[in-house]
Amino acid sequence: MAFNHKNLIDITEYSSDDIMMILKTASRFKSVNERRIKKVPTLRGYTIVNMFNEPSTRTRSSFEIAEKRLSCDTLNFGGSSSSTVKGESLVDTIQTLCSYKIDMIIVRDKHAGVPRQIADTCDIKVIDAGDGKHQHPTQALLDLYTIWEHKGSFENLNVGIVGDIRHSRVCGSLVPALKIMGCNVTLIAPATLMPARPDIMGVDRTTAKLDEVLPDLDVVYMLRIQRERLEDAPFPSLREYSMLYGLNKEREHLMKPDAIICHPGPINRGVELDSYMADNPQRSVILDQVYSGILVRMAAMYLLLGGVDDGISA
Amino acid sequence: MASLLKNARLVDPQVGLDDIADVLIEDGKIAKIAKDIQADGVDDVQDLTGKVLMPGLVDIHVHLRDPGLEYKEDIESGTRAAAHGGITAVCCMPNTNPTIDNAVTVEYVKSRAEQVGRCRVFVCGACTKGREGKIIAEMGDMVAHGAVAFSDDGSGVQGAGAMRRVMEYASQFGKVIMSHCQDNDLVGEGQVNEGAASTRLGLVGWPAEGEELQIMRDIALSRLTGCPLHIQHITTARGLDLVRAAKKEGLEVTCEVTPHHLFLSEDDIGDDYNTNLKVNPPLRTKDDCNALIEGIKDGTVDAIVTDHAPHADFEKAEEFERAPFGMTGIETSVGLVLSNLVEPGIIDYAEMVELMAVNPRRIIGVAPVKLEAGNVADITVVDPNVEWTVSVEDFESKAVNSGFIGTKIKGRATHTYVGGKAMMIDGRVI
Repeated sequence: MAFNHKNLIDITEYSSDDIMMILKTASRFKSVNERRIKKVPTLRGYTIVNMFNEPSTRTRSSFEIAEKRLSCDTLNFGGSSSSTVKGESLVDTIQTLCSYKIDMIIVRDKHAGVPRQIADTCDIKVIDAGDGKHQHPTQALLDLYTIWEHKGSFENLNVGIVGDIRHSRVCGSLVPALKIMGCNVTLIAPATLMPARPDIMGVDRTTAKLDEVLPDLDVVYMLRIQRERLEDAPFPSLREYSMLYGLNKEREHLMKPDAIICHPGPINRGVELDSYMADNPQRSVILDQVYSGILVRMAAMYLLLGGVDDGISA
Repeated sequence: MASLLKNARLVDPQVGLDDIADVLIEDGKIAKIAKDIQADGVDDVQDLTGKVLMPGLVDIHVHLRDPGLEYKEDIESGTRAAAHGGITAVCCMPNTNPTIDNAVTVEYVKSRAEQVGRCRVFVCGACTKGREGKIIAEMGDMVAHGAVAFSDDGSGVQGAGAMRRVMEYASQFGKVIMSHCQDNDLVGEGQVNEGAASTRLGLVGWPAEGEELQIMRDIALSRLTGCPLHIQHITTARGLDLVRAAKKEGLEVTCEVTPHHLFLSEDDIGDDYNTNLKVNPPLRTKDDCNALIEGIKDGTVDAIVTDHAPHADFEKAEEFERAPFGMTGIETSVGLVLSNLVEPGIIDYAEMVELMAVNPRRIIGVAPVKLEAGNVADITVVDPNVEWTVSVEDFESKAVNSGFIGTKIKGRATHTYVGGKAMMIDGRVI
């Protein structure tokens, strides 16, 4: 089966077959990551630029490890060394990078739409590592991978996402990705944290009442609450947020016995999750998500750079 | 210098004219309108068979960017673009650098337009000094030097108290206050319409209510102060309902729409994040577009304007959230109106003249221009049959940030005369 994508920017451009191909490829990369020498020559000779124009530790580290394990050459570009800080335009920066004859750009930017702008500027492969409040497709893929591993399939799985959906690029990709795979999606948040039109994301249900829907959920996906913004805050206090939307020991009796808990990290302990839930060996799959991130990023880079789904050894 | 414009269909509802005849122009005025005027001794004879000749069209919402932002547009290029679009007069907005908020800057624009302009330029001064929404600008002095209206276009006057003072003070001059309606506390960093577009694109929403609340406020203040009010670039169905009700009540309230809010919607902003479609107020829903067209049909909409907002290419090449708001429009509005409103029979030529010539002049309080002997010869001629595609190469403006590039249009302006002087002949700006 052919993988016909040049970029991983908008998850809605991917079919369920495309997504399954990435997940299956990711599972084959597991063996690489469990050897003593965790490296294969698969992408030797390819050059990938990690262009992170806003601070990122986790996503960037995950991409870097994935790149290193595939033996490609990498350049980290951005942050304080970013040309945009010096007044160079995005288009000029991209054209400069492309003149280095690189093969792929992994881009994180605080502005929505930047990955598409890059892809439209140069003939180069682009992976969106998070653009503004728009999308974060590799996060969605690693979430799907984790859910798949734990639940075995997606069909009619009830997934609830709790928290700051309006400002979440994770949701921008995760909600459509879950729908593509056949899940039922419930968004749980106060109206101040809901997007204007959740219906166009394909959402099945929205509610402000976590306790009413918790008993239905197979997967409870807790979003991180931004502690930073206090002015114009969408809720009165972290205390009240935690009372209404925090997943804690007191709420466990409402959950299905086999319901799992996801979180994109980093966790605010005591806000969206208490330690009992965050560390719960039966329910929390948060560290599995982190590991899945390496696998799906290796798979995405490999497939976009022309790999086939059955020949990982290259 | 005389010109003879032969065989066009002449349309002017002000004098009940809709007939094929010739127009003789002498000494800047219309000397005669009749059938088969002889061309003896006339230097400039134009055969306008198949074309439609109307009173010179006016665009009362234009950014000429001069003084201070000449890299985007200047008075020469902006008025050339106007002529190219079939416009014989513009009213330019004061958000320049420095702001047009005193007599000196009003005089600058007028004298520069006098020297290099390809159309008439009426000046809209700022309501408040520096458009900061605080201290009333020297409106009296600006009026004495020819300002025709006042607006803090681009941002609007935020405080209701400040807007009340502006309208109370302005009421003594009999000039209209033009209002850019945007409640900043509600709109914040809004980029696109709050709704489908903001959700789909992950951008901060610019809610319809951010516009409607200030329309409501300014109508109340017009009632309170007696000052005439003109709502600029109205975009929503409910906003239009507010204006409709104000008119019914008998208030001196008018409004304008732009071709981009009529013919483009939030659905046109695709995954390519085309920054030319980033405008303020934002493109709204398809239902809003339809409501605006209804407003044109029932007379709630007084004028079609462009909010021609030129920007340099490198500014519009920035990230969507960093790129400036606004698109150009003065070279495409006549074509879009002919194509999308006149051709399908939504309005007729007489109504087009009302919307683009008669009402705009009445709103800014300048003398009407009529197709009758003795009147000043400000004239626009359009060819309703020419088919063309909007392209970057075709613009006279310095800027190319049109949201209609690639759009197929039927009909465009071919000739303009201002004070009897040809500014465009056969589509070529003189």
